[in-house]
Amino acid sequence: MELLLVLGLPLAGTLLLALLGARRFAAELNVAVSLATLVAAAFLVLRVIRHGSLLVGHDQFFVDPFNVFLVALTAFVGLTTAIFSRPYMRIEQHHGRLNPLRLRLYHSMFQLFMGAMLLALLTNNMGLLWVAMEAATLSTVLLVSLYRTRASLEAAWKYFILCGVGIAQALFGTILLYFAAEQRLGREGMTALLWTHLNAVKAHLEPRVLGLAFVFLLIGYGTKVGLAPLHNWLPDAHAEGPTPVSAVLSGLLLNVALYAVIRCKVLVEGSIGPALPGRMLMTFGLLSAVVAAFFLWRQRDIKRLFGYSSIEHMGIMTFAFGLGGPVANFAGLLHMTVHSLTKSSIFFTAGHASQTAGTQRMDDISGLLGVSPTIGWGLMLGSIAILGMPPFGVFASEFLILTTAMREHPWTTPFLLVAFGVAFAAIFSKVQPMVFGHTEARRLPQSPALVPVFIHLAMVLALGLYIPPVLAEWYRAAARLIG
Amino acid sequence: MLKSQLLAQLLKLLASGLLLISFAMLSRRRTQRLITLFAWQGAILFLSTSLVAWDAGLTELWYSAALTLLLKVMALPWILHRLIQKLGAQWDSEPLVNIPVTMLVGLVLVIFAFGLAQPISMMATTITRHTIGIALAVILLAFLMMITRRKAITQVIGFLAMENGLFFAATSATYGMPMVIELGIALDLLVAVFILGIFFFQIREQFDSLDLHHLESLREE
Repeated sequence: MELLLVLGLPLAGTLLLALLGARRFAAELNVAVSLATLVAAAFLVLRVIRHGSLLVGHDQFFVDPFNVFLVALTAFVGLTTAIFSRPYMRIEQHHGRLNPLRLRLYHSMFQLFMGAMLLALLTNNMGLLWVAMEAATLSTVLLVSLYRTRASLEAAWKYFILCGVGIAQALFGTILLYFAAEQRLGREGMTALLWTHLNAVKAHLEPRVLGLAFVFLLIGYGTKVGLAPLHNWLPDAHAEGPTPVSAVLSGLLLNVALYAVIRCKVLVEGSIGPALPGRMLMTFGLLSAVVAAFFLWRQRDIKRLFGYSSIEHMGIMTFAFGLGGPVANFAGLLHMTVHSLTKSSIFFTAGHASQTAGTQRMDDISGLLGVSPTIGWGLMLGSIAILGMPPFGVFASEFLILTTAMREHPWTTPFLLVAFGVAFAAIFSKVQPMVFGHTEARRLPQSPALVPVFIHLAMVLALGLYIPPVLAEWYRAAARLIG
Repeated sequence: MLKSQLLAQLLKLLASGLLLISFAMLSRRRTQRLITLFAWQGAILFLSTSLVAWDAGLTELWYSAALTLLLKVMALPWILHRLIQKLGAQWDSEPLVNIPVTMLVGLVLVIFAFGLAQPISMMATTITRHTIGIALAVILLAFLMMITRRKAITQVIGFLAMENGLFFAATSATYGMPMVIELGIALDLLVAVFILGIFFFQIREQFDSLDLHHLESLREE
């Protein structure tokens, strides 16, 4: 029941917002639908905490501690983004960058995107997971090109083609997986693509086929995670799309893609052993973290900068899951949570910062504190948090990942340290002049909704100081599932 | 026995036709020709899927054959034709550099695909198992086409051809994926083409051309 609501509400919202069009209350309706989804997700969480994992709808849907925590996170960030986007999009309209028709498209597609991501998280069917991932891509393509500028069209085209090709590789991987599974589980009753069923027989699946399948699945879903060298679409899409879209792409979609990779990894490990998949994830993760850290130096656009920072952090998470083991997995899950909270709040403030200055070029943004202390402090604190300064939660997870890496694979330590250090120097030296200094920029025509920013940052801070036992137990259960 | 042997031969013939069309696509300049070739690819897929369905007696496969006929032979080529007519791009042709080199690279890809598919073919039990290599080759050739072409429409046709290859891989290795998934994939594909249609107009409006040379300003400084 809760599950039906979690999936049904965003879809109903999509239709409703598409039909109602650009009425005055469309933005409020968007918030209301997101709030309802979050409430439904909260009930789902309660149920899983009380009764453990559940399988519903002829085993087609599956909820366990691992995905339910991502469902809660997705619904939560979805709500805060909807709250943030209400004034943000009005200001954009005021500046003449949007018309009511495009606003309608935005609201409707935002809900569709949320629905697709929740479906991807909750489905037990690896094929449906693929379909939902593709749907999530398609629903955001037109959002990236919402402003219809040359640059945004180019970014959207790149996003579509690269992710389309990438995800086609994932489909081939899924076909191979089905091929291996069909020999064990048979075609009858459509159980051969159900993750729980596959997980039960994973030790008996043909290793050679699964190894090959994993390569394709990792390349495919890895493109969406933004792993180097398949990351080219990510900074463009983040920089050229409207800010709420950048926030959900970075905070949520990348997580969901990584979720898909991990689900596949669990299956493949059961068949060919943990060595190869783990090593592949570690290599891709380290490469992404290091490459992205060096690219950070060369950025001039504020949203591009944080796009690259997302690649770096996704790399670190991928690396953590590649390490495996209870501690690294725990740290990876924690990092997923804090990164998506922090990064979305940074995009919120970065969006308003560029609205205030009238440009996304960092050289032309300065003195944010003078114009609006909330925007200035939000950006500063967010950047400090994402750079892994204590006492924020990112520090806790990065520290755990680093110490585990030191113990188990010492050779990776210098790479990690270089990535952390370079990213720190690059981001801090760019954010500092934007926040402080002198400016003639004027206040925004409508007061921005920055409550979400500070709620997110407070949560990240709280997670850094003290993880509640319920949450810790939850992460541990999820980490055990991943193996 | 004779029937199934004949059938296997026929399927191999169809599969090689599919591969031939992929090569033809690599060397065609005119957009309209490419769409026709794409429709032919769909027709071959429809034929081979129907043959397999008939041989294996699977109702599901008949459905997916019907879906192929509707979507890939009729709907998508029609939409694409309408699109290029509206854009006034039906006589567009693009200069292709180095067809011989592209062909040679294509050949190497085919050999690579066959090598990769060898172990899977050994394990498969379907009548079409020998064609898995061809399916993979079609995917890779479509990929090559997307890389070498510069026009938006041509890249999309490459994308769709890649999906054809994937579909062929699914039928030849496993007699097709479960129906729900196939429907989902078909829906995604249809939506993708619609979105791209909207996109073409947006690109044209902004750049007065569908040539992707213009789309190269977002680069690292």
